[in-house]
Amino acid sequence: MTDAITVSDLTKTFGDVRALDRLNLTVRAGEVHGFLGPNGAGKSTALRVLLGLLRRDSGEVRVLGGDPWRDAVALHRRLAYVPGDVNLWPNLSGGEAIDLFGSLRGGLDKARREELIKRFKLDPTRKCRTYSKGNRQKVALVAAFASDVELYILDEPTSGLDPLMEAVFRDCVEEARRAGRTVLLSSHILAEVEALGDRISIIREGRIAESGTLAELRHLTRTSMSVETARPITGLDALSGVHDLHVDGTRARFQVDAEQMGAVQRHLAELDVRTLTSTPPTLEELFMRHYGDRPEPPGDRDAEATAARAGRA
Amino acid sequence: MGAFTGTARLARLALRRDRVQLPVWLVALTVTVAASASSVTSLYDTEQERRSYALTNAGSAVSRVFNGGLAEPSAGAIAMAETFSFAGVLIALMSLMAVVRHTRQNEETGRAELVGAAVVGRYAMLTAALLVTVAANAVLALLLAGALVAAGLPVAGSLGAGLAFGAVGTAFAGIAAVTAQVSQSARGANGLAGAVLGLMFLLRGIGDGLAEPTDGGLRVVSLWPSWLSPLGWGQQMQPYTGGRWWVLGLYAAFFAAMVWTAYRLTDHRDVGTGMMPVRRGPATAPRGLLSPFGLAWRLQRGVLLGWGAGVAVMAVSMGVLGDEAEELLGGNEDLEQYFAELGGGGANLVSAYFATITALFGIVITGYTVQALLRIRAEETGPLEAVLATAVSRPRWMLSHITCAVLGTVALLLLTGLGHGLSYGLVAGDMSQTPDLLGAALAQLPATLALAGVVVAVLGLLPRWAVALSWTALIGCLFTSQLGPVLELPQAVMNISPFTHVPYLPVADPAATPMVVLTAVGAALIAMGIGAFRNRDLAL
Ligand SMILES: Nc1ncnc2c1ncn2[C@@H]1O[C@H](COP(=O)(O)OP(=O)(O)O)[C@@H](O)[C@H]1O
Ligand SMILES: [Mg+2]
Repeated sequence: MTDAITVSDLTKTFGDVRALDRLNLTVRAGEVHGFLGPNGAGKSTALRVLLGLLRRDSGEVRVLGGDPWRDAVALHRRLAYVPGDVNLWPNLSGGEAIDLFGSLRGGLDKARREELIKRFKLDPTRKCRTYSKGNRQKVALVAAFASDVELYILDEPTSGLDPLMEAVFRDCVEEARRAGRTVLLSSHILAEVEALGDRISIIREGRIAESGTLAELRHLTRTSMSVETARPITGLDALSGVHDLHVDGTRARFQVDAEQMGAVQRHLAELDVRTLTSTPPTLEELFMRHYGDRPEPPGDRDAEATAARAGRA
Repeated sequence: MGAFTGTARLARLALRRDRVQLPVWLVALTVTVAASASSVTSLYDTEQERRSYALTNAGSAVSRVFNGGLAEPSAGAIAMAETFSFAGVLIALMSLMAVVRHTRQNEETGRAELVGAAVVGRYAMLTAALLVTVAANAVLALLLAGALVAAGLPVAGSLGAGLAFGAVGTAFAGIAAVTAQVSQSARGANGLAGAVLGLMFLLRGIGDGLAEPTDGGLRVVSLWPSWLSPLGWGQQMQPYTGGRWWVLGLYAAFFAAMVWTAYRLTDHRDVGTGMMPVRRGPATAPRGLLSPFGLAWRLQRGVLLGWGAGVAVMAVSMGVLGDEAEELLGGNEDLEQYFAELGGGGANLVSAYFATITALFGIVITGYTVQALLRIRAEETGPLEAVLATAVSRPRWMLSHITCAVLGTVALLLLTGLGHGLSYGLVAGDMSQTPDLLGAALAQLPATLALAGVVVAVLGLLPRWAVALSWTALIGCLFTSQLGPVLELPQAVMNISPFTHVPYLPVADPAATPMVVLTAVGAALIAMGIGAFRNRDLAL
């Protein structure tokens, strides 16, 4: 079996709301698959259908070779799920909740459990009612990663974690990948998915907009740079792949297509770079550029275009 | 920014959140008190009947513990005895829960942090909660005064009684204002305030139970413990007997002291924290928790224990009162006739008394069944998503909760029968009634199962309506069984309630057919609910 999950033409509606609209998705066994989309795109809905928590209206869904609605119990022994909104029982301790999820799934690795609790710096004796969102997420993550399963389905698992804990989470995903497990990771943060995913599917309004490896999706990403050099900046406008250029003597701001990054850096090196900052694009910028979502007010855009022309002149 | 900035806005918010809940409380309380008061004015309409009530009250410590002492043999004083004690407890509950809801519960759910980040003063949330609760009690005071007047009681006395009711609520709003600062969880704050309520009931019960009859047994004078309890003050105010109006000042001083304490405590703590240390739990789960049934039991046991304690106390008290049934009911023709009607006539008064009480227990205990089953809905909007993503099937999960609820119901019914039988046996020196009373209690189970079936069916078919529909069904049953005969409802309407079909034990003969049919209906509805739940989306 090479595909852990296959979804074709999956449709799911809630009354008038079409949450999933002929969605197609393939997750190969052993890969970390980033499931990327803005809020309300349908990520959680799709994952819940994959878990048999919601019933599909139409389409084909296979998870680990089974039908997630019909074979739910058997499949759930082989996978672990971390919901987007982790709800726990206020009067159970965190440790009790971890053991409960683990054992309902079919048992968990005691040593691994202890290790993960330490790494996530979780106090398992505290009652769940006293946990913050981040701590509740840690409970679900420990319970998931301490289980010996083939597939992890994680719904925006880092939305409540601080950067330190996010790093721990990334290590866990990395370990799962090395152990040959499959991970489906939903997120609305492009950088997170870029850092972890072997392949990425971008969902927008209930449909897959793009799908492929990071290299294949490079054309989507553009890095914003701002640079200060010793010598006046010239010649940038002649390079292909440079956009929205603003030059002011020895300073410049612009965006670069990922594949032109090397050429731009070589050019800047000759101008003697003093400072250089680059920011990865956000999902919102990407969507705006490629799909015309949330257009800026026309006035602003005209002003920017004028500024860009002036910069180039 | 002042410490009170934003109070008005928060109060409006609280009123909006309570726009259904508080009115329902107010209407239900008014209806209950009105019904109780008008039954008093019709049952005790002669001097002789009132004197006989007074003599019973003076002679029965149990009756004084529950109803308080009688100030004089007048209809107003009897109405006070019959309503103030139990309605006072309900009003106290309404008020303390309202204050906790708009203070500690806000903090717990993190709403307070959102609110706190906006332009809101340090005292605003507590003040808003108190304003809303006191306002609700003011409205309630007027409604109850009106209800008492409508029942035919004197105007001035009824106004005083209404104020006393409102004052009890206000006093417990003050108590909850303090406990909400002390405990870190809403449950803890409610529990602590509830414990104070229990203690206050106990103090008043002791003071009234040990009261001295005077005037040939027509009046009683309560002992000092009654004066330590806001639940006692209202009765000591004796609104229908001249009226010690200064007692209202006592309430005002008590409220002011509580509120002052609560504000001081607010000064000394951070948002979200309490004064009591947070209790910790075990780092690993005990084996018993690690199954769907273990989890369901863990989630439901607290509620069951609370019900168990309440049912045990009530059942034992009612059993003890059984020995006085002849005296209590004997002198009053109206009451005798009432029991005779309910019991189909002819039976002895003790059996008729227990048959009536057991039927009431049956419906009240179904309140536990409904509450326990509705946990299914609470779980569905909470952690269920993660549970059903493990290797637990939907029917197995749902059946765990249903099993827990049904076993709990059986336990409570057993407790009822045993409590009645043993306490009556001890007092009357006649244990032979126990098996019959136990049987009468257990005979309520099929009707309870039928209603449980309705709840489970609704949980499966209309999850978002489950809470409202289930409670409506229960209240409908309570209404038909208690008021149906009085209002002479048509039999077709009465027959909708499963409790109508329960044989009137121990007076009537046991009948198998209704039991079997009710159980079958319950089982079929439960199966239908589970089937529907299995085939639908989770309603998160
Ligand atoms: N139970 C539901 N009832 C009605 N609408 C829903 C329900 N669940 C999700 N939706 C709608 O479906 C769409 C997709 O939601 P969701 O899957 O939660 O998105 P995401 O997880 O990507 O943020 C949204 O428009 C949301 O409002
Ligand atoms: Mg989501």
